[in-house]
Amino acid sequence: MDIASAPPLSAPMVIGFDYTRSLGPVLGSFMTGLRERRVLGSRTSDGRIHVPPLEYDPVTHAPVTDLVEVLTTGTVISWTWTHRPLEGQPLAHPFGWALIRLDGADTTLLHAVDAGEPGRMRTGMRVRARWAANPVGHIRDIECFEPAETSPSQASARVAAPAPDAPVTTIVTPILLRYRHTASDQESRYLRALAEGRLLGGRCPACRKVYLPPRVCPADGVPTDEEVVVTDRGTVTTFCVVNVPFAGQRLDPPYVVAQVLLDGADIPLSHLILGCPAGQVRMGMRVAAVWRERAQWSHTPENIAHFAPTGEPDAPCESYADQL
Amino acid sequence: MSRQRAVAVVGFAQSPCRPEAGTTSGVETLVPVFQRALAEAGLARREVDFWCSGSCDYLAGRAFSFVNAVDAIGAYPPICESHVEMDAAWACYEAYVKILAGEADTALVYGFGKSSAGELPRVLALQLDPYVTAPLWPDSVSIAALQARLACERGILTERDMAEVAVRSRVDAAANPCAQVAGATTAETLLAAPYVADPLRAHDCAPVSDGAAALVLAASDRARELRDRPAWIAGMAHRIDPQGLGERDLAAVPSARAAAEAAGVAGDLDVAELHAPFTHQELLLRAALGLGDSVRINPSGGALCGNPMFSAGLARIGAAAEQVMSGRAGRAVGHATSGPALQQNLVCVLEAEQ
Repeated sequence: MDIASAPPLSAPMVIGFDYTRSLGPVLGSFMTGLRERRVLGSRTSDGRIHVPPLEYDPVTHAPVTDLVEVLTTGTVISWTWTHRPLEGQPLAHPFGWALIRLDGADTTLLHAVDAGEPGRMRTGMRVRARWAANPVGHIRDIECFEPAETSPSQASARVAAPAPDAPVTTIVTPILLRYRHTASDQESRYLRALAEGRLLGGRCPACRKVYLPPRVCPADGVPTDEEVVVTDRGTVTTFCVVNVPFAGQRLDPPYVVAQVLLDGADIPLSHLILGCPAGQVRMGMRVAAVWRERAQWSHTPENIAHFAPTGEPDAPCESYADQL
Repeated sequence: MSRQRAVAVVGFAQSPCRPEAGTTSGVETLVPVFQRALAEAGLARREVDFWCSGSCDYLAGRAFSFVNAVDAIGAYPPICESHVEMDAAWACYEAYVKILAGEADTALVYGFGKSSAGELPRVLALQLDPYVTAPLWPDSVSIAALQARLACERGILTERDMAEVAVRSRVDAAANPCAQVAGATTAETLLAAPYVADPLRAHDCAPVSDGAAALVLAASDRARELRDRPAWIAGMAHRIDPQGLGERDLAAVPSARAAAEAAGVAGDLDVAELHAPFTHQELLLRAALGLGDSVRINPSGGALCGNPMFSAGLARIGAAAEQVMSGRAGRAVGHATSGPALQQNLVCVLEAEQ
């Protein structure tokens, strides 16, 4: 299949990161309570007890300071059933989601109920918390709820409160999301050309500028459909020296990331400049692509390992002034 | 409130709702939508004073997607642009205020989203309270089911009522070329299907849709120049309920009721386009907005027949405006929702005369 008629490229993509969240006085106390297998609610000026707790009174808007313990048993106010639990949910086997009003609270908490089968779920059913074996001060210290008619499972048996520890002030909430990223037709042609060692730009039908990669022209709002082959050598328009180490870094600092305006293109691309000391890189420096071994080529700009100085005289500033 | 200026919808276009629309960026989807919306309004791209969009990076897992989307505008020389991390109906509100304030005479509002790139019900868990709710990853369908059961057990609606909403929506969607789900069916057929999340079945849930929409707004005389029969915005308001799902009455939708009152929904209405991603939510919204039986609900088929995230709410305003601009309605309402279980609601009242 030729490049022009092939379907868009797509690939799986996983995004994962941990949020570290500061808690403040109310949620900090709530999480500290969970670590001790206790549930705290907040009492607002109207006398209502909220679980999960509120940080501010919705009537007076004053900070909530009155925290009270409620029971770890409660009543299901509404429910549904999950036949195929999704990644990250409290249980890996089918379970019920429920809005649960804990005994002593006036509001409901959303959590999972390990009921075994949907036929056991009903509004008004009594449930109790099942605790994680090693609570740390996190909402998931409550592993799930279970029907209160059953005998308590081992983990939910009340244990002696652990020795007093520093209050919980932060929590970590991991995020993991899976996607399928799909390139546009133009990007796909660009990436397929890269896999053949070619750099394919697109010319805007209105302003005649050549974009690399081809895209919708940001000045005219129209696709740059006319394909233009661009050379793999060009001029450094601007650059930075990376001195800061960070997670996932592949090169030892200091090294240079530059904007390179390839000959024949009207927009620079971003890449590494290696092959000379970082301190020698300068605006106007002429550079050429250093391609990896052909066997390593794929649909990625990483086919070019980096750009290196060519030794040509520097390009005059006028030749790239529009890019600054 | 007395107003020096009036604001009207003068153009609307949307892309077809598709289960999978290719490119993740949204730019390519937006280009033809902009062209059609501007052509309908008789406005050139450079004549747009203000651009405002709604989208969310989490949807496609792509950082700064709204900045990339600006390519579709052609943002050179520099333009006046803004963005909301919500359905573009809220961008429409921002543009409406901008025009009322005299800072712009025309605006193009757009929303886009590729819901199919990720696992939508999980992605939407991230809009929940990040301390005590989102870490459990409750999916959007399960949360809607908790609301539906409350409404059923309180005697507000039945599973058959919900199925009949789906039937009517699909029949109406047959005339909508942008719809993703359409066609004749019966409540009996739909009710024979298994539960997805008890008491919700597949027909109770909007499909996962990719798509985009754009709306053109103009002020007073400019609107009259551009269009014989603009859809004047008689009132627009939005309200929000508490974040905690257990902190509000899920079956009453207080924020929708308050927004409808503030926008001035009361009075004779011909059409209401309600942004209800679940069948039971349409029924709850009808009650919250106080819509009588004479009001035609969702002649477009509604979000149940195509629910492109971040433009489905804007498309409801656009579809209501089209009813007015075409002369099929004299007074119409467009509604949008955002957040879990109808947490946030926006209501826009559109009229033929101003």
